[in-house]
Amino acid sequence: MRFIIELQEALLIAWDAVRANKLRAGLTTLGIVVGIVTVTLMGTAIQGIQRGFRQSISVLGTDVLYVQRFDWFINSHAEWLRQQRRREVTWSQFKALERQLSSARAIAPMVDIREAVKYKNRSATGVTIIGTTDQFLVTGGVGIADGRFITAEESEGGRPVCVVGAQTATNLFRGEPILGSRIYVGGHPFEVVGVLEKQGEFLGAFSLDNQVVIPIGQLTAHFVPFPDYTIQVKVGDESRLEDVREEVRGLMRKIRRVPPGDDDDFAINQQDQFIKTFNRVTGVIATVGLFITGLSLFVGGIGIMNIMFVSVAERTREIGIRKAIGAKRRNILIQFLLESMCICLLGGCIGLALAAPLTLALRRLMPATMSFGLVGLALGVSLVVGVIAGFMPAWRAARLNPVEALRNE
Amino acid sequence: MSLIRLDRISRYYRMGAETIRALEEVSLTIDRGEYVAIMGPSGSGKSTLMNLIGCLDTPTSGVYELNGLNVSEMDDNQLAEVRNREIGFVFQTFNLLPRATALRNVELPLIYAGVAAEERRQRALEALERVGLGGRVNHKPTELSGGQGQRVAIARALINRPSILLADEPTGNLDSKTGMEIMAIFNDLAATGHTIILVTHEEDIAHCARRIIRLRDGRIASDEPVRK
Repeated sequence: MRFIIELQEALLIAWDAVRANKLRAGLTTLGIVVGIVTVTLMGTAIQGIQRGFRQSISVLGTDVLYVQRFDWFINSHAEWLRQQRRREVTWSQFKALERQLSSARAIAPMVDIREAVKYKNRSATGVTIIGTTDQFLVTGGVGIADGRFITAEESEGGRPVCVVGAQTATNLFRGEPILGSRIYVGGHPFEVVGVLEKQGEFLGAFSLDNQVVIPIGQLTAHFVPFPDYTIQVKVGDESRLEDVREEVRGLMRKIRRVPPGDDDDFAINQQDQFIKTFNRVTGVIATVGLFITGLSLFVGGIGIMNIMFVSVAERTREIGIRKAIGAKRRNILIQFLLESMCICLLGGCIGLALAAPLTLALRRLMPATMSFGLVGLALGVSLVVGVIAGFMPAWRAARLNPVEALRNE
Repeated sequence: MSLIRLDRISRYYRMGAETIRALEEVSLTIDRGEYVAIMGPSGSGKSTLMNLIGCLDTPTSGVYELNGLNVSEMDDNQLAEVRNREIGFVFQTFNLLPRATALRNVELPLIYAGVAAEERRQRALEALERVGLGGRVNHKPTELSGGQGQRVAIARALINRPSILLADEPTGNLDSKTGMEIMAIFNDLAATGHTIILVTHEEDIAHCARRIIRLRDGRIASDEPVRK
């Protein structure tokens, strides 16, 4: 109870002191303001990039394994050279894995190439042509907007059907009826049986909607007779990801006849790897941001400390009066600590007020929002700076000798 | 038992290589309800003595007992508590907080005593009423005359019902008419049983008291009752 009364009084004095020197307090907070703006924008930007990234790679599927010849991320030249010597993943290996794999929900082979696509006199170049089976609908996580996907019978057989991506469809057909019409992929005719749902871009690099899906049998017949396959394995349940991964690994070693003790000569990639690599990058950005923030907060803190020394010197007589009347050391200490915290909190609030419109500007580039956690962090940081910067001056004030303090004019 | 008992109190200051002997083995007792004036030329040690009695300072040697407590052994925070409870200061320059109203100035000792806001306000209003400032509770010190300022200071000194009222040249900054008004308040307080110690160098002010202690060169030169 007593402590609360003392705290109320200290808070009142502190606030009064800040109000009495508005301009001075305002100028002093500049360093803190800069620091807080940096910390909030940095945090917002990192969160924004992360969110954008996650949205973008979600197309890979959190529970899909990609069995391939190469790792997605190769960290050294030596490793790259080693993986170059790996054998390709063949059709028979896919069939063997498909036959033996028991724990997965779906499995599909996938080969992609770039080809020109033509409809009547309109053509699009550099379209991604994906050769796969009906299972791709499950493993790839794509939806059908119109018509149907290729069937199991069509997958390996010879019927030239295709399913076009949303963007390819608009580019080529421009409103003309799509289903049942004929397009030419690399000069070979295909009948359009379906249109895929819109999927967006992958990491801002290329559109996932500019593609044509054809049966794998058609792809090997017309374009690449012996391609290097990617096998997509849909686990169906994230918690079993590791189990399935182990089964796939064991089976692939057996199928590719990897001698016991040797390293795998194939890769099992998953979305997780993208996230790990990405987190390393954002970690670097965060470290640099932290350094800049720390620097400006440090400089700001020194400014606050300076002005607090001035404040203590100006009010030496007041300190003397308070002590004579019965203020203990802690009363004086808290009074000046709170004053310093008030100034810093003011800086924090100004900083947040400036950062808010900047966040809105940032939103044009990424899905950025200023989170409550970040606001709390910013205010917390300013309070901590206030305590640290105010401690020395407050400590000195608390230890003043009342007789000398009263003599001060 | 006496309220104040000083037993061979000395207070030395170090000024560079030199030691200044402000008080030299001063012994003194003051009883409850006494009205005492401490006099002496500047440099006689009367300010030092007042600071010691007021627990703002501690002696270099000797024992000071206030109300049965050995004050000379206490640390900073204990002294602050004793000052808060036992002593009411009235200074020559009033020493009011310039940015606070009369009411808040008077409340201040109660804040450090941990009294709740409601009671604080009530008691401060009563104290201001008693010194005749009931109508100016929300004025700041700069809006008050010298006499009014000193009345606020007296109200502040009395608010926590201290054992001693310690006044250091209370009329020093006032014209003689206002000064006499302030002294009238002290006389009234003495008449109602308050213990008052007055530090002054003005004879006619000192003669309001019932006992005069004269200091010279850090020692008590004389200590006698006032003949009226």
